[in-house]
Amino acid sequence: MGATIVEKIFSRKCGSDIRAGDVVMAPLDGMMIHDITGPLAIQKFYEMGGKKVCDPKAVIMLFDHQIPADSIEAANNHVYMRKFAAEQGIHNYDINEGVCHQVTIEKGRAAPGEIVVGADSHTCMYGATGAFATGIGSTDMGFALKFGALYFKVPETIRADVSGKFQKRVGAKDLILAIAADIGADGATYKAIEFTGKTIRKLDMAGRMTLCNMAIEMGGKAGIVAPDKVTWEYMKGRRKMKPFALDSDPGATFAETKSYDVTDLEPQVAVPHNVDTGIPVGKVEGTHIDQVFIGSCTNGRFEDLAEAASVLGKKRFSPKVRTIIIPASRDEYLKALSAGLIEKFVKAGALVEAPCCGPCMGGAFGLIAPGEVSLATSNRNFKGRQGSTDGKVYLCSPATAAASAIMGVIADPREV
Amino acid sequence: MAAKKNVPVKKVVVADGPVAKNARTWKFGDNIDTDAIIPGRFLILNNPDELAKHAFEGTRDEYAKKVQEGDVIVGGRNFGCGSSREHAPLALVGGGVKVVVAQSFARIFFRNSVNVGVLPVVCPDADKIEDGAKIALNVRDGYLEADGKKYAIEPVPEFMQGIIDAGGLVEYAKTLKEMPVCTK
Repeated sequence: MGATIVEKIFSRKCGSDIRAGDVVMAPLDGMMIHDITGPLAIQKFYEMGGKKVCDPKAVIMLFDHQIPADSIEAANNHVYMRKFAAEQGIHNYDINEGVCHQVTIEKGRAAPGEIVVGADSHTCMYGATGAFATGIGSTDMGFALKFGALYFKVPETIRADVSGKFQKRVGAKDLILAIAADIGADGATYKAIEFTGKTIRKLDMAGRMTLCNMAIEMGGKAGIVAPDKVTWEYMKGRRKMKPFALDSDPGATFAETKSYDVTDLEPQVAVPHNVDTGIPVGKVEGTHIDQVFIGSCTNGRFEDLAEAASVLGKKRFSPKVRTIIIPASRDEYLKALSAGLIEKFVKAGALVEAPCCGPCMGGAFGLIAPGEVSLATSNRNFKGRQGSTDGKVYLCSPATAAASAIMGVIADPREV
Repeated sequence: MAAKKNVPVKKVVVADGPVAKNARTWKFGDNIDTDAIIPGRFLILNNPDELAKHAFEGTRDEYAKKVQEGDVIVGGRNFGCGSSREHAPLALVGGGVKVVVAQSFARIFFRNSVNVGVLPVVCPDADKIEDGAKIALNVRDGYLEADGKKYAIEPVPEFMQGIIDAGGLVEYAKTLKEMPVCTK
């Protein structure tokens, strides 16, 4: 009987035939903790009687949500985690590298066939490398730190088969917003979503990361793309690994197979206050906005910034809108800097911040006031997500965000 | 679950019968996300009592002031969607809530709840339960009673029962010296 890529990963790790629905205590290749969920995970580790972390080399620690510390409480959380890292011999990337998910992938800490957990729901992004990766809570993380393993109910897989060529200014973010609108906010609960098909094979790693990142917005346990040439090319220099085949068998059992053709896909915008509300940008064109945010683990990569810069051309961002641009990591920042994008953005009127989560989590800076409207390339538009519960958040691609920042209202990037 | 047999039953999280004297329900709708349960700006707090002061802030402001020990949260579909922040179930724990009833739960919230000692109860008819209803659970027989009406509830997944019986994942983990991996 054929197996899905997820079933194969668990079977490989455990050396026996494991199928969707099985509950298994699986060994972990990586565990990521950051400054928000980390302190609680460490507390739980100690409460469980933990003394030494099972495998300090498997722990990925960094701070990205509240950096540089924006309150004394945040500073205290950072101190607490630094002390833990020193005591346990864990390498701590501290405030230096950027958003946890981007950094984890960039540093080669998630790779094809591995099982990685992170104390953050968007951990599912590592599936872009062909890893099985899922977000967990702090108590589960405390357990993982202690035992180097965690129990999983192996998920069924929804197969999203994507074909067609994107129109200009349309891309991975528009696709995933359309898929989320189709599957719904809870349509993939307890399931993995495998992105496959000709369009995915041609998609770069940045786009694959955007897709997998948002699997959780449909309730998904994981998003995953089978490793191929693009993946192995990306892994070069990050990990010493020999490429191997890892793909769902043709006869594998899927919970569902969905087909998407992107040929006529228009730029999508998810309207307040849920992510599964994606509609063509034309339906909200002209909507008032106060702030535009281009960044986050979903869309803060060089490719995203380059797309925004391409839409910008020689124009300027509207003075009526606050345009905040945050590269997802130090590496992405440097690439943008070398390519002259940062200078271009600053000259056009944007505020460019150092790599971090920024306004996405609504706990640090870039918050919106009651009645204000934010348009963001991040992943959630829940009520209060970026500040006041009386504010509104719309989600879109970097191209749509740039076009809207130029026009001062929500705009179609194909027409700017 | 590999080592389940070796785990002594320490306590059951929720006893059957009335959840608490004068317990009431707090009714919410579909897709109640973790930002609604505890807004991002309060995640610098790690203490359940402190978190509880800000639970549902901006969504239902009277909740934090009026919630009492033993009260029950009732939600619709996809309760607890969004972030992996365990601060969400902890903010409920801090207010004395030990049970959340919903038509369905988001995966991470469900698991976090079990881990911190909140019982997530799946009740397909949860949308019919009214705000402020008096509620009693009968987990063993698979139903709950709200304002005298009976509603069926689904059993807790078998593999989670060991953790619930231990009183949460911390208590469960304390009983284990090492974890046998790769056992179904």
